[in-house]
Amino acid sequence: MSLSPARFLLVLLGLAAALAPLWVLESFHLFQLTMAVIMALAVLGLNIVTGYNGQISLGHGAFFAIGAYVTSILMAQADWSFYATLPFAAAICGMVGYAVGLPALRLGGLYLALVTFSLAVAVPQLLKHKALEAWTGGVQGLFLMKPDPPRWLTSVLPLNADQFMYLNVLIVSGICFLLAWNLIRGRIGRALMATRDHPTAAEAMGMDIAALKTGAFAVSAMITGVAGALSAVAVEFVAPDSFTFLLSITFFVGMVVGGVASILGSIFGGLFVLFVPNIAESISRAAPGVIYGMILIVFLFVLPEGFAGLVRRLLAKLSSPENPKPQ
Amino acid sequence: MTISRRLLLASSAGALAAPNIAAAQETPGVTATEIHIGSTNALSGPVSSYSVISRCLEAMFKRLNDEGGVGGRRVKFTVYDDAYQPPRTLEQTRRLVERDRVAFLFNQLGTPTNSAVHRYVNQRSVPHLFLATGADKWANPREFPWTMGWQPSYRVEAQIYTKYVLEQRPNAKIALLYQNDDFGRDYLHGVQDVLKDRFRSMVVTATNEATDPTIDSQIVQLQATGADVLICGVVPRFAAQAIRRVHDIGWRPMMFMTNVSVSVGVVMQPAGVEKGVGLITSDYRKDQSDPAWAQDAGMNEWRDFMRRYVPDGDLGDNNYTYGYGVGTTMIQVLRQCGNDFSRENVMNQARNIKPMDVATLLPGIKVQTQPDNYNAIRQMQLQRWNGQSWERFGNVIEGAGS
Repeated sequence: MSLSPARFLLVLLGLAAALAPLWVLESFHLFQLTMAVIMALAVLGLNIVTGYNGQISLGHGAFFAIGAYVTSILMAQADWSFYATLPFAAAICGMVGYAVGLPALRLGGLYLALVTFSLAVAVPQLLKHKALEAWTGGVQGLFLMKPDPPRWLTSVLPLNADQFMYLNVLIVSGICFLLAWNLIRGRIGRALMATRDHPTAAEAMGMDIAALKTGAFAVSAMITGVAGALSAVAVEFVAPDSFTFLLSITFFVGMVVGGVASILGSIFGGLFVLFVPNIAESISRAAPGVIYGMILIVFLFVLPEGFAGLVRRLLAKLSSPENPKPQ
Repeated sequence: MTISRRLLLASSAGALAAPNIAAAQETPGVTATEIHIGSTNALSGPVSSYSVISRCLEAMFKRLNDEGGVGGRRVKFTVYDDAYQPPRTLEQTRRLVERDRVAFLFNQLGTPTNSAVHRYVNQRSVPHLFLATGADKWANPREFPWTMGWQPSYRVEAQIYTKYVLEQRPNAKIALLYQNDDFGRDYLHGVQDVLKDRFRSMVVTATNEATDPTIDSQIVQLQATGADVLICGVVPRFAAQAIRRVHDIGWRPMMFMTNVSVSVGVVMQPAGVEKGVGLITSDYRKDQSDPAWAQDAGMNEWRDFMRRYVPDGDLGDNNYTYGYGVGTTMIQVLRQCGNDFSRENVMNQARNIKPMDVATLLPGIKVQTQPDNYNAIRQMQLQRWNGQSWERFGNVIEGAGS
């Protein structure tokens, strides 16, 4: 793959836009943006299984919670470094995702949505359970600590803990987005979409539907789990009440608003679910939920294919008069 | 491990940074004409019924401003929605402290939500006052000097029951039934606080899980120990079961029920009103539906406030009497501050409240704090079920720190 100069410029611009907040934004806004990037990563995970593979999941909050708890338990109870916990969080979420993918082979559509939803409802209660309490801290939750920027870095680039956290989140998310992009635009990505669009034809072409479906669940859970791990450290606290089933719905909203089956859309979805509730609240303190709902409906009307659909249409409009495609 | 390292770091960082902070910003959130106070509450989400507390407090500060404010300044009260989600609470609290630069935080709602900001506010030395939660952990001045609760904690409540038992039946054998979580364990700790060494010989315990279908076996097991006192720290569903079961097996202990689970409609009627006769619980607020307070000066003050400032508020909702009490306490602290609304002085005044009466609290129950005792309300009065309603009896009993 070679980058054309225009593409290269675009990537550079994107990189600059992602890094600029480090110096432009004050601590609080940077924290918000950090959370938005984490949300975007979680939405990306959901997008892989629901958007690209067509398996509706209303339970991704559970993977998010598991990722957060794996990192928290290793950091708080075993005194691990944050970085060392990330692969573990990813691996455990991947395994749980694979296991959840198994019933998905027999259940389709709405039934699968309900099964995954029950997972989202069950996990917060399991986290409170007596048997796990020694590790999870029960209702009280666990406290952890953001990693401090290492000295070699601060001597070159003076960063505070919030800025360093943003940088960490940006790098980890950037890697995940790149890997996901790579996966989707290759052979496996096409197979995932073929399974979604026409399973019978896909099977006739020799694709292993079962492996694809469970694999999609595993990768998806892994990415959302990493997002959960990042959020635990950014917030420096986990408790079962942070991961109610509403979180899964939030991811779902982010995915639909951003654009189903779109990587760029996931970023927009993350920004949407973090910032729009704040906007709604600034409009009406009495009924922020109503305003949020209204904004959501307007978005779905104006952008039926999500934000990514809008970008796609704009690009098509821009390019069509100059070089009309042959019919 | 993490906590101690964190504390060490925080304290050393604090020591290094202190001179700079003091020089840079003397009184954040305070101008010549205004004091800015921040809060979070569940304005949306499953527990948004508590948001009326914020409405009540806003109305109280409006009344204060109408009457000329405090220290020559108006109070600006900003409440953000956290939907009862701990990560959102941290986000909104940081927004209040870092962007809006409020003077301090007041009456944030919820136990998990306040836990998420507990360390943050203490590291930054922001007063985190009179929280809307009954957990015991907010009264820990040694480790968390900037955080303070208000209402009596479950632990204080259990201390009060135990004191009453010792007074009535010094040789009692106490059965303690509690839910196996933070809420229930506060009752265990409260009983232990009072009995100390005698706990082992005087108390038998049984626990239940919030997910258990029934607690019948625990009740039978406790009866078999020959106990003559039963203290229950359980949620309403199990409270109704416990009352009925104790009655049905013919056990007649002196029975105490957490005041979380004494609603007439939710607990007493399902249990059977006649089966609960003699059951004891406690309260610290005046119940606005009780005819005894129809002409009470304090409650008239509250009703007058409601009529003028919250005309559409539901007078039957006891979140308004709660809000009025906690708001009165906050205003008292502001008055005590004189002209110095720095964070240090606000906290200093908050931890030095001389015993004061509050209009919506029961007579004799005082709000008070000392530098080493952050239990702002540590007294309650017992009340007994007479088959129709709760009847208060005896004197006000004091729990923690005395």
